[in-house]
Amino acid sequence: MIRAIMLSTPLSDQDVEKLRMGDRVLFDGVVYTARDAAHRRLVDLIKEGKELPFDLSGQVIYYVGPSPARPGHVIGSAGPTSSYRMDPSSPYLIAKGLKGMVGKGPRSQGVVDAMMKYKCVYFATVGGAGALLAKAIKKSEVIAYEDLGPEAIRRLEVEDFPAIVAQDVYGGNLYVEGVKRYAR
Amino acid sequence: MREIEANTVIEKVKDLCIDANCEVPECLLSALRVAREREDSPSGKAVLGIILRNAEIAREERVPICQDTGIAVVFVEMGEDVRVKGGNLKKVINEGVRRGYKEGYLRNSMCDPFTRENTGDNTPAVIHFDLVPGDKLKLIVVPKGGGAENMSGVTRLRPSDGVEGFKDFVVTRVRESSGNACPPIIVGVGIGGTFEQTALLAKKALLRPVGKPSTHPELAKIEKELLKDINDLGIGPMGLGGRTTALAVHIETFPCHIASLLVAININCHAHRHKEAIL
Repeated sequence: MIRAIMLSTPLSDQDVEKLRMGDRVLFDGVVYTARDAAHRRLVDLIKEGKELPFDLSGQVIYYVGPSPARPGHVIGSAGPTSSYRMDPSSPYLIAKGLKGMVGKGPRSQGVVDAMMKYKCVYFATVGGAGALLAKAIKKSEVIAYEDLGPEAIRRLEVEDFPAIVAQDVYGGNLYVEGVKRYAR
Repeated sequence: MREIEANTVIEKVKDLCIDANCEVPECLLSALRVAREREDSPSGKAVLGIILRNAEIAREERVPICQDTGIAVVFVEMGEDVRVKGGNLKKVINEGVRRGYKEGYLRNSMCDPFTRENTGDNTPAVIHFDLVPGDKLKLIVVPKGGGAENMSGVTRLRPSDGVEGFKDFVVTRVRESSGNACPPIIVGVGIGGTFEQTALLAKKALLRPVGKPSTHPELAKIEKELLKDINDLGIGPMGLGGRTTALAVHIETFPCHIASLLVAININCHAHRHKEAIL
């Protein structure tokens, strides 16, 4: 078994430059949630030059809309959603200092260009493993856009949250390289 | 005419919604275990292990397998000699879905297509009614997540495109889905019928136990060939590379117009959820 790299958020340029496609990581610290609707609002604020609900610099965004928490639980099921839907928005957030994105499925060339230019890494985690991933989430608090329900922005505190480097700052892409290795 | 109380149906639909979201069928778990044994890719093996562990946690803690608890798709087979007393069946099913999603702490994922405003209770359910002989009411609840549903498609081929034509369409659609449909996937294929019917056939194909071949020998052979072609793509668990891209391909057919060859593919993620009951 390959040993996982521990990553404490927020991340620096040095942190993300060390990571290569295929590396397994475990996150500790704060990550923020945002999906389609929250991304649209954040991009509108950036375009208007207005202040964002949280400072993006060094932060990691997890693409998740959790199910409601049962009484006594921190959060419900909390696995990743498909990342491609955030592709039109992500370059704006990356230019504002975002250092990591966590989701599932490959990203567009536009996102890759921004990731390489501003140093941001894309991590994949296991879709459909929301019950297991929720166990790594120790605290959850809605910090913006409560009206969006499951799509609200949450501040999560995570411990040993598992992910894999899918696309790195050097253009390395596990969705291309990994698949090439096993195609017949 | 046999009668069933509306409340009995409401309670049953509620339970089916919760159970379907917290427990995947045994046929899926055994297919996943076999795939984990056979998988060559270390990350693929690890992902399959996580999926299996997740299923255990979900069942033990009554937490949804996936946060996307889906659109509530309900297949109804209504016996001709039974009626539901004390409520319109469509309303009764929606009430069951409403209660199931609230009491089961399931996510409300239904919204207006344009304003994107959430309906707040995961209704309306998508209900398919069928009339059958007898005095029983069969309900199949299929929570369908957005990620895999988005990767589905319908196309119209020329009849001369034949078997190779539809195989190409299916494999290409799976290749384009990459990791987005949460592989390992179950592939439902509908062939024939009219435009709307071919899509429904593809969805119904997903209801078959995982890997159970078609009763038609020629189709069973094509299912096997397609499964190999799909797994040779190398997409692997979560699209990160590996041998296990699909666990099964199920094909359903219906006679079609002499001018047409309609084909639909409906993909299901590995959170292959459905629960049924007969009242």
